[in-house]
Amino acid sequence: MSWAEGDARSGEADAPHRNIVVMTDTAPAVELAGLTKTFGPVTAVDGLSLRIEPGEVVAFLGPNGAGKTTTVDMLLGLARPDAGTVRLFGGTPAEAVRLGRVAAVMQTGGLLKDLTVAETVRMTAHFYGQTRPAAEVLERAGIADIADRPVGKCSGGQQQRLRFALALLPDPDLMVLDEPTTGMDVEGRRDFWQAIRADARSGRTVLFATHYLDEADAYADRIVLVRQGRVVADGTTAEIKNLAAGRVVRATLPGADQAALAALPGVQSVEVRGDAVLVHTENSDVVARHLLTRTDARDLEITSRNLEDAFLALTTAA
Amino acid sequence: MTVTASPTTASSTRAGDRRPPALGGFSTAVLGIEIRRVLRNRRTLVFILIMPAVFFLLFGLPQRGQHLDNGLPVTGWIMISLAVYAAMVATTSAGAAVATERALGWSRQLRLTPLRPAAYVATKVATAMVLGLLGVLVEFAVGAASGVRLPAHVWIESGLTAWLGSLVFAALGLFVGYLAPAENVVQFMGPVLAILAMFGGLFFPLDMLPDVMQQIAKFTPVYGVGQLARSPLTGSGMDWVAVGNVAAWTALFGLAAARLFRRDTTRV
Repeated sequence: MSWAEGDARSGEADAPHRNIVVMTDTAPAVELAGLTKTFGPVTAVDGLSLRIEPGEVVAFLGPNGAGKTTTVDMLLGLARPDAGTVRLFGGTPAEAVRLGRVAAVMQTGGLLKDLTVAETVRMTAHFYGQTRPAAEVLERAGIADIADRPVGKCSGGQQQRLRFALALLPDPDLMVLDEPTTGMDVEGRRDFWQAIRADARSGRTVLFATHYLDEADAYADRIVLVRQGRVVADGTTAEIKNLAAGRVVRATLPGADQAALAALPGVQSVEVRGDAVLVHTENSDVVARHLLTRTDARDLEITSRNLEDAFLALTTAA
Repeated sequence: MTVTASPTTASSTRAGDRRPPALGGFSTAVLGIEIRRVLRNRRTLVFILIMPAVFFLLFGLPQRGQHLDNGLPVTGWIMISLAVYAAMVATTSAGAAVATERALGWSRQLRLTPLRPAAYVATKVATAMVLGLLGVLVEFAVGAASGVRLPAHVWIESGLTAWLGSLVFAALGLFVGYLAPAENVVQFMGPVLAILAMFGGLFFPLDMLPDVMQQIAKFTPVYGVGQLARSPLTGSGMDWVAVGNVAAWTALFGLAAARLFRRDTTRV
């Protein structure tokens, strides 16, 4: 399988549950079309298109500088795209914000240190037409016990859960989280994701940007991989993991028939180095069986590709 | 809003049930939280409530027994001047609080809520005016307790003028707040306000200054409010120079603040 942009479409075709949603007349939760944003000579987002149906939990995965935050800013109406359009539930981001249909947990900032946790929630609640009760969102974000603590005295993780509580207030149809656990320690990250998981409202669409593979793996049911402002892969978590977690079968085989090897099911690429042949594959058994039974291959080795290394290769290599 | 209601079973909120907030998100409840916030800040309290009162005890009380040409007490003149000072410090610092909120990124957070920018500014101005009123009332209370006796109409007219005139400084505060996103802008404004107050004739009568300085002083932003607030006491009648001064500075600070505000809320 190749990693061209075209995979975004084939990925959708591979996931029938999304097509079923399309059959209804509901507008997609998120529809980005040809989104582009440049900062001087730097193209942060480069013609990015993405469609998310209501109810999907999508990880927007990519290294730092891949254009995730810029995309999220445009999605929320905080930044204006140079080209392309953003539609949330068929309307503009501003309309979705005004009706409380979208809420976001941003990376940094955004809290008044001299208010208490509960005051921040109560104050923010008044900015909406209608909200869930303050006590409820504090409970669901796991910060009911520190409601009376001044925000300035809260840890980074607690502040992030407060931002999450604020985002829960309007009971949004779409929750956007931009690298929500950046700068948190392991325990803080675990607590935060526990709070997110506990928020099990069915039907809520969740889009979270992250550069942590394990977060995408643990929480998303669809992963959109971005590099240099473009979608480079899009599929279910299992599909993406499978692609990234393929194996390498190495054998000594002078004059290997590369075409025959490449035609085996699951083979991603075939490489010849002198007398050695390296086959990147999703199905190492098939390759090994073929090499040992149909060819004169010897010294056969099978190695797993490191998951993180694979992702690094996918998201950084040109 | 309900704080005590028990969590209900979460159900999908239909798009049709959703509505934007009334008044763009402006509410008296938020105003209440904002005022509590300011009153919790000890430094602000000292600057806007205690310092002007102490000034009166230091500089006003020694003048006890002295009278203006119309027979009213000099302490009344000092009290009204310091009430203007209290109101201007209160409204400027409340307006300038937007600098802190911009520095902290709270303004950005607010853009992810339905709160309208105009409602946000209205809340800031309202907070400033409530604090300004508090400043005037504290100063008058200290004056009355120290034996200042004035005709009822002077208390009311001077008090209202000192209070409403401080709208100029709410605009000044907002202007400064949108100029520099810094957490310490309020401290920086302290000395500036003291100098403006001096030129506005709040600390001593302007005729103690050389003539040139007096002429310059008439064009500074505090002069007009000071003159107008004291006119019920001095009986000097309608001072059109003072009215022009207040109108011009309110327009200038207001337009400057509005311009910066628009720049701040424009998407990039």
